[in-house]
Amino acid sequence: MLKYIIPLALFIVLAVFLALGLKGKPGEIPSPLLNKPAPAFSAPKLNAPNEKLSPADLKGKVWLFNVWASWCVSCRAEHPVINQLAQQQAAIIVGLNYKDDPDAAKKWLETLGNPYNDSVMDADGRIGIDWGVYGVPETFVMDKQGIVRYKHTGPVTEEDVQNIFLPLVAKLQAEL
Amino acid sequence: MIKLWFFAFILLIATQGFAIDDHQLADPEQQKTYELINSELRCLVCQNQTIADSNAELAGDLRRQVFEMLQQGKSKDEIIQFMTDRYGDFVLYNPPLKTKTALLWLGPIAFLLTGFTMIFWFIRRKKQAAVTVFDKGKQEKMRQLLEDTESSVEDGDKL
Repeated sequence: MLKYIIPLALFIVLAVFLALGLKGKPGEIPSPLLNKPAPAFSAPKLNAPNEKLSPADLKGKVWLFNVWASWCVSCRAEHPVINQLAQQQAAIIVGLNYKDDPDAAKKWLETLGNPYNDSVMDADGRIGIDWGVYGVPETFVMDKQGIVRYKHTGPVTEEDVQNIFLPLVAKLQAEL
Repeated sequence: MIKLWFFAFILLIATQGFAIDDHQLADPEQQKTYELINSELRCLVCQNQTIADSNAELAGDLRRQVFEMLQQGKSKDEIIQFMTDRYGDFVLYNPPLKTKTALLWLGPIAFLLTGFTMIFWFIRRKKQAAVTVFDKGKQEKMRQLLEDTESSVEDGDKL
C-alpha cells in the first residue's frame, strides 16, 4: 500500500509547487514603498521646464503616478487605458517621463493624447531609482496623506482600472 | 577528444559575462568595495544577473548610484540599505534569512534529508529481503542444484 501512497504523495506535492510556479509572476517584485510616504523629488515639468513639481504639492489629494517614456512600447499599449482613466477624473494623474527625450515625449503626447495633469522629467533616471522603478510602465497610487497605497508593474489594462484602480481611488477619496 | 575539450572551454567562458563599465574609483580599496557591491546586487530587469554582469540600462544606473555613494563616503551597508529601501530584499543576490525566505534556505536541506532517509529506507528493505531468501531449505536446494550442474559438466567432458 505504502508503495503506491508515497509516489502519489510526491506527485501531488510536485504538482502543487508547479501549479504555484505557473501562477507566480516573477516580473512583479513587491515594492517596499507600500504604506510609506511617497519618495520626495522636485522635478521640472515636461511642458514648462521652468516650473517644478514635487509630491508635497499634492498633499490632500489622491493622485496616480504613472511612469512612462516615448521609447517604451508597453506604454503605447497602455496609453488608451490611461486616457480613459483620466476622462473619469477620479484622481489627479501625474506622469513621470522616464529617461526620455523631451521633444519626443511632447510629440508622443500630442499624437496619442495627454492624460496627465502634469508630467515631470526624469532625464537620468534618479527619481526612478528613488521610487524603485525597474521597468516602464509602472503606476503608483497615493492617498491624501501622500502615502503610497498601491503599485502596479507593467501596463495597466481596462480590467485593472475597473477592478483595482477605480475602487481603490474611490476608497481613498472617502478617507480624510 | 580535443574538440570536446575545446567545446567545454567555449561553454565555460561563455558563462562569464561582464558589463561595460567605465567607473573607476581613485582608491583601490574603494574600487574593490564598488565591485563587491555590484556583484551582490541583482539587476531587476534581467533578474538572473547581478548589476556587475548586466548591460541593462537600469543596471548601469544602479552602478552609477553605487559609484556616487562611494564617492560621497557612504559605507557598503549604507548603500545596501539604500537599495533594499527602494527595491526590497529581491535586489540582494543573497537573500537574508527571514521567516519569509525560510523555505528558500531550508528547502534544499529538507530535500537532502528526505533523499537520505529514502536511500536508508530502501537499503534496509533490500537487506531484509536478502536475508529472508537464505533460509535453510532453499540453501540446501541450491547446493543440490550446483552439484548437479558440476556433475553434468563432467559428463559433458566425456563426450
